[in-house]
Parts: sequence; structure tokens; C-alpha cells
Amino acid sequence: MQVTMTVNGEAVTREIEGRLLLVHFLRDTLGLTGTHWGCDTSNCGTCVVLMDGEPVKSCTVLAAMAGGHEIRTVEGLAAGGELDPVQRGFMNCHGLQCGFCTPGMMMTARALLDRNPDPTEHEIREAISGQICRCTGYKNIVESIRWAAAEQAGVRSTLEPMTVGSAS
Amino acid sequence: MTTVAEPQTARETAFVDNDLHPVGHGRMLRKEDPRFVRGRGHYLDDVQLPGMLHLAILRSPLAHARITSIDITAAQAHPKVKLVVTGAMLAEKNLAWMPTLSNDVQAVLATDKVRFQGQEVAFVVAEDRYAARDALELIDVTYEELRPVIDARHALDPDAPVIRDDLKDKKDNHIFDWETGDKDATEKVFAAADVVVTQDMAYPRVHPAPMETCGAVADFDSVNGKLTLYSTTQAPHAHRTLYAIVAGLPEHKIRVISPDIGGGFGNKVPIYPGYVCAIVASLLTDKPVKWMEDRSENLTSTSFARDYVMHGEIAATKDGKILAIRTHVLADHGAFNGQAAPVKYPAGFFGVFCGSYDLEAAYAHQTAVYTNKAPGGVAYACSFRITEAVYLVERMVDCLAFELGVDPVELRRKNLLRPEQFPYTTKTGWVYDSGDYVATLDEALRIAGYDELRREQAAKRERGELMGIGISTFTEAVGAGPRKDMDILGLGMNDGCELRIHPTGKATVRLSVQTQGQGHETTFAQIVGEELGIPPADIEVVHGDTDQTPFGLGTYGSRSTPVSGAAAALVARKIRDKARIIASGMLEVSVADLEWDKGSFRVAGDPGKAVTIQEIAMRAHGAGDLPEGLEGGLDAEVCYNPSNLTYPNGAYICVVDVDPGTGKVTVRRFIAVDDCGTRINPMIIEGQVHGGLADGIGMALMEMISFDEDGNCLSGSLMDYLLPTALEVPAFETGFTVTPSPHHPIGAKGVGESATVGSPPAVVNAVIDALRPYGVRHADMPLTPSRVWEAMQGTVQPPI
Ligand code: FES
Ligand code: FES
Repeated sequence: MQVTMTVNGEAVTREIEGRLLLVHFLRDTLGLTGTHWGCDTSNCGTCVVLMDGEPVKSCTVLAAMAGGHEIRTVEGLAAGGELDPVQRGFMNCHGLQCGFCTPGMMMTARALLDRNPDPTEHEIREAISGQICRCTGYKNIVESIRWAAAEQAGVRSTLEPMTVGSAS
Repeated sequence: MTTVAEPQTARETAFVDNDLHPVGHGRMLRKEDPRFVRGRGHYLDDVQLPGMLHLAILRSPLAHARITSIDITAAQAHPKVKLVVTGAMLAEKNLAWMPTLSNDVQAVLATDKVRFQGQEVAFVVAEDRYAARDALELIDVTYEELRPVIDARHALDPDAPVIRDDLKDKKDNHIFDWETGDKDATEKVFAAADVVVTQDMAYPRVHPAPMETCGAVADFDSVNGKLTLYSTTQAPHAHRTLYAIVAGLPEHKIRVISPDIGGGFGNKVPIYPGYVCAIVASLLTDKPVKWMEDRSENLTSTSFARDYVMHGEIAATKDGKILAIRTHVLADHGAFNGQAAPVKYPAGFFGVFCGSYDLEAAYAHQTAVYTNKAPGGVAYACSFRITEAVYLVERMVDCLAFELGVDPVELRRKNLLRPEQFPYTTKTGWVYDSGDYVATLDEALRIAGYDELRREQAAKRERGELMGIGISTFTEAVGAGPRKDMDILGLGMNDGCELRIHPTGKATVRLSVQTQGQGHETTFAQIVGEELGIPPADIEVVHGDTDQTPFGLGTYGSRSTPVSGAAAALVARKIRDKARIIASGMLEVSVADLEWDKGSFRVAGDPGKAVTIQEIAMRAHGAGDLPEGLEGGLDAEVCYNPSNLTYPNGAYICVVDVDPGTGKVTVRRFIAVDDCGTRINPMIIEGQVHGGLADGIGMALMEMISFDEDGNCLSGSLMDYLLPTALEVPAFETGFTVTPSPHHPIGAKGVGESATVGSPPAVVNAVIDALRPYGVRHADMPLTPSRVWEAMQGTVQPPI
């Protein structure tokens, strides 16, 4: 069958098998490997992308079901080469280690901040509670998302931004 | 972002770390992050090669059965299938069995019997991953069911079925017996002690479950005979050597690439049958072949951890001086002994069960058995079984405090080793390098506000609320290890490091270890930067590719910093020594007149005369004479052999609330004070600690790989194997002390596993403390609501 959807602002049309999962469509068909896959039961959230602005687990959506919708992946997070505050937050606050859960976490964070620009710690924890990070213990993920909230609100962060690769 | 409390006393000021160092050590953002936050990490499943085929594995549905027939004709007829292989076909090529990391053998594909549910039986190679899966359904295997051995306690029963009848003359399920310490001396101390407390406890089987499962892409080039294997490995060099031995391929014609790894935690130390299958498939099809396991394959067939049934005994005087510890352990190693541990250490480093205490005697005896469960017994961030040892001793100390009716903090304080006792040789022969255990404990108590917590607890108890405070003061042993004692399958546990300073003064450092998230691309640049005064941004770290890096045993057991980190510091010092000679020529003074000032050599007494390391690098590669006898270039290589392990330690405090109506445990606070010696990048250290604490909370409260009596794995998905989410863990509070390791070149000890090792007993101790009004002295992990509830009713049973 044929499917057409918008991925990171670009219309794409492909011939697919009806059973193809969105995660495999993005990764294998389109080569957008920033979206990951980590479980068989819709529990890990490494596959989260935004569908019409809402986080979905792309392992639990058929590519065919995404037809006609707007999909945004981690590759589409930086606008015009400028990193999203969420991306900068994760770097500044050491919100990632192996980086495998990170794209999914960042997409959820983006959706959260879009509807709630000033979330509390608990609201952040709830928002990411359908996703698992095995490395960070979540504390710095929460900090990263708070940093992004402060950054996009124009509130000067108490943490001076640091440069990658230079000691401070 | 840091939760290190402000130092308040002169003594604590001494602990302020090197956060503000100008170049090198210190808080520095990670060099690997820009690619990860853009989705440009390159993990195993991201590897796409032209013409690549996909491999899927058929696994046994039964725990113990004889294979009577396998019919693959329907699968072979599938239009997208290129290859179907069974154990019998591998046996013809002498590839049906492979060695494990413990000198046992493991079936690549079962030939005679299946020995655990999920064991590899056949594989299919097809044009895409969906077709490969479809074709698995077309393979018809008939089994003759055999009685399985599931409970390790019955593995040695005279009528127990023999699992490993593939081994010559094997008549039982016994793997090894091992002992350490002085049995008779310990017996004497126990016989004379005022107080003896005994406790049975289980450390259930758990799984590392990194977010990225295991996989491989094998690409055999039949023209030049070279195999390139991309694989999720924590030990690329050791794997290459083993592939050379198993597959008979020459080692120089094998290149193992470990791309970005989505978490390891020990899961990616062993060689799995799937990797070998991918290699065989590429050899047979002359095409690149990808194998990527799914999550249930990961949970049911790859290396588990723990699975120890322990009997602990502790002897003390009536006023609380701990005298001796004794333990008997029954270790379940599954169907094949795939434990990853140095050869001379069949029980790993369990011998450190003496803990952080000054004992008069200690003795441990362990029996390891085969069962019809997944093989392994590897690390899950446990530094070779230290997690089990620490859990044992820290629980026993709390049981003793319970019986003596004393505060567990005071009991520990009375027995902790003192700074002047280091280096300290334990009663089981481990030489602890350094530590200030009481100061570390005091720092944790200060951050926690311990006395106030105890007051709060007392007030809550009056109201019938259940609050608990748990302590763990642990000692780790990491950085394996000295080659005289430690090898894995004959490979000495040393690591190489190669450093090139380019003409413009930028550098490339090549490591034998590789990162699974620990941030090596950053910290190793910092180590070299600190030694040479080159900004870390100017230092490229290369790792995870056997064609590009020196030999070494890889990243596990918190060994990267203690072993490879030492190699990186020493190779930089070697370069500095050569740079000094070049500088003496440039400045026309003798080397003795030069002073090193991080990044340049100056003439003593004439600070205006100096050359930078960058200027020296250009001279080393440039025109003009070098001092007599000196070769051009500014490169060096070392292979580091540690003289001892390093001994990170810490004091952890966990605060929990237990719902008396449901038994649900909430971890309200967790305070972790770690002493990992010199701190290279405190931001990364804290991150490592946070992750380990979440692991520990998961093990203590949620995680367990369990089986029914037929050997069906009941935890084969993330719906059944519960991992902590952001809602199950608190905002961790961390602190630190610093007692550098005296024998490590920069005094660093390693920290990757400290929190996983140290936190489970703190959580369990806290829950048991909360249940004090119910008179509960022990309950086993995982402390799920139902287990806690049963403990409150006095009906709790061991989980295994
Ligand atoms: S892959 Fe695990 S939730 Fe989608
Ligand atoms: S950073 Fe590794 S799983 Fe989250």
C-alpha cells in the first residue's frame, strides 16, 4: 500500500507493507535512525515521536495509521540549525549518558513544554513516566527539562551555560 | 546541578574537589553529546550496509528437552529467505559449541538438547527483518520433554536430571566449590563470641536490561578474507581474540567495531550465540548480515546477574564489636557457566564480603550449580559479584544492630576501618588501598540530617506511620587487574593507550576500553589534558574499534578509569618526558633546569623563557635538529598493568515511607556520599552515581527474573520485568570525600558501579527499619507491595 505523511516538515510518500510499524518506517525506510526501538511491549519509550504535536510510541503505531499526519522526530527538533532549548538543556545538565533514551525523552519534553511552559518537577516526572532511562536515574533529565523551560521563558538560568569540550 | 552540600567545616573543605581546575580535570560538558541530542548517534541497529540481510533466531519454548527432529524445508521455501541453519549444520563445521568466559562451553545452536527456555535452536537469514521473523514460524521442531532443574537447592539432589550430559563423564549438576578465608580460625571466633546472628537471604536473579538490546552486523569480505563485525560489545579486543580462536579466522583479519552502545551494565560483556550466528551467516551468504535481538530475547537468553542464595552469620561482642563473618552461598549459574570473572576467581570478587569493617576472622564457602535457566552470571554493574558480597555484609550488620538494639549508624561507626589502618589486608586477603570511612559516613549523616530524621521517624511511629532509614557503608574492589593474578581466558587484564600529538599541538588518544555512556570521549581527553596542558577540546578520543586502538580487555567492573585511565595518564607523562628533552634543546638549557607548568616548560628562575607543548609538538615534527639521539615525532604507547585493585567506597542513606495499608514502599530521599579518589569530571561522576542508585532501587523493590516450576521465564518483557521510571526514584542527593588511591597514577578509583553495589542494602535496610513495629528482621528483595505486606503479616517466603 501507499502512505503519505509529513515528516519533519517534508511530505513523504512510500510504498509499504500494511503491517510496517512507524518506528521501522522512520528508521529503515526513511533512514531517520535518531528514533530508537527498545522493547516489544510499548513500555520503554525510546521510540517516542510527535504525531500532530502529541507524543506517541512509534512502535505502537502502524506507518499506515500515520498517513495524513504530521510526524516530528529528533532530527526535526533543531529549527534552522539552531538547537531546541530542550536539546541544549540535555547537554548543559548532563541529561544523557548512553543517549539511547534521549531522543524519546526530548520529544516528550518538547510536547510537555508546548502545553505547559513551566512544569513542576512532579509534572516532568509524570510526563516522562512512560519512558525508561537505564543510565541517568532521571534526576538530570528532570533538571534538563527545567533548564529548557527557564531558557525558553527567557529566565536567566542559574547555571551559566558551559561550552562543550572546555573545562570550567 | 550538583547536590554537593556546601562544606561547613575545615575538615570538609579538604574534600572540595577539583571542580575549578583550569585545564583538564573538572566539570566539563560532554564531547559526545552534540551528536546524541541531534539523533546522530550511531548504534548497532543504525548500521546499514549495501545488500545487508537480516537474521532471526528460533528459540526453545521448553526449559529442558531433547530435540528429536527439525524440519526447515518450509522455511527454506519462503521467497525472501536466503539461509536456514540448525545446530546439526553448525556441528558439521565444528561451530555448534563455543567457549564461555569461564572455560565452560555453550551451544551456539542446540544440537542434542535444549537446556533453557529461550535457547538458540536455529536461525533464518532473509531479505528483511519481518520476513526473517515470518520464516521462524515455518520451522518445525519436535522435542521430547525432560524434567527441568529450576530450584538451585535441588540441583544436587541424587535424582536430579543431569543437565550437562554433553560434558564428558558429567554425572551431576555441580560446577564448582570455592572457599576463602580461614575456616578454623573463624569457627574459633564464633564459638567464643557473645553474640551470633544468622540470617538466610536471597539475591534474586536480575537482568541488566540496557535500553539498547544486543546485536551484531557481520560483514565478511571473501576477497581479502577480512571479517568486520559491528557488535554491541563492552570488550572489542577480547572478543576479537575469542572469535579468532572459535572461528579459526586469523586475528589480524578480524575487525571488531563497537559503535555507540546504548548502555551495557555487564550485559554486553559475553559473546552471545547470535554474534556467532551472524558471522557464520555472513561467511555462508557472502553478504553483510544483521542480527538484532528483541527485548524478550534480551531478557530471557542473555546474561542475567546475581541468583545467589546466601546463609550469613555474624559474630560480635555484646557491646557491638564485630568479630567475624561467615557465609555459605549457593550460586545458580544457569545452563552454561558463562560467568564473566577472572579465571582464578570462580566466585568473582565475592571475597570482599568482609566489607568496610575490621574483623578478626572471616570465611566463605560457595557451591555453584547448573540449572535449566539462561546462562551467565555476569556483572550487572556489580564489579564481579561484589554487589552480592556487599548486600550480605550490610544486611548482616543491620541484623546484628537489630538483635543488639543499637542504632545501625553507631554500630557501623564502632567497626569501620580507620584511615591509619590503610593499606589494610582483609581476612580474605584483599588489600584495601585507602579510605576515610568514618568521615564519609559523617558527611552522609550531615547531608541527610540524620538525627532530625530519627526524630521524625519516632513521631511518625507514634501516629502509626511507617518510615524507615537505611544505611550502607560499602567498599568496592575495581580495576581488574594485576596480570599476575587476573586474566580472562588467558588474556591478562591490562589495557593499552596510544597518544599522538600532532604537529599543531592537537592530540589523538586511542583507548582499548570503550564507552557505553560513561563519557570516555570527554574524561579521557580530560586526563590527557590535565597531564599535558592541552585543552580537552583539542584532544580526540578514539575507541571501540580494534583496527584503530591498542589491545586491552574493555569496559566493565568499573575498570576504565582505574586501568585505562592510568594508561592514559602514563602515556601522557611519557610524552611529557620526551617534550622536556625537546624543550631543553629549544631553550638551550639542560633538562634539569626546566620546570613543567601545565602546558609549557619554563626555565627555572627565568620565567620569561618558555616553550608551550604546542611549540614543542611542531618542533618534534618539524625541520631542524633535535637533541642528540632523539627520534622525531611526539607519539607514545603504554600497556598498563595495575599493581593492585582500587577500592572506592561510600556511605549511603535511604529514607522510605511504607504504606501500612498496602505495603507500598516510596523512596523519599536517597543520600549517596562516594569516595572514588581523585575526581576527573564531577558532573559525570554524579551522573554515574544517579544511574546506579536507580538500578539499586529497582533491584531492591521491583526487579526479578522469575521462573515457574517448568522453567518458563515469567519476566520476559518490560511489562513483567519492572524497571524504575522517573516516578519510582527520588531526586538523589550526592556528596563526596576524596582519598586518592596511592598506587594509581592520578589517584582515581573508578565509580561506575559503586551506586549499584552500595544502594540495594540501604533500601532494604530502610524498609526493614520501617517495619520495626512489626518485629520484622529480614525480608528478601524485591520488596514489592505484596512481599512487604506478607512481611508485616509474618508470612513472607524467599523469592527463590
Ligand atoms: S520501542 Fe519500547 S515503547 Fe516503543
Ligand atoms: S541515557 Fe542511556 S538509557 Fe537514558
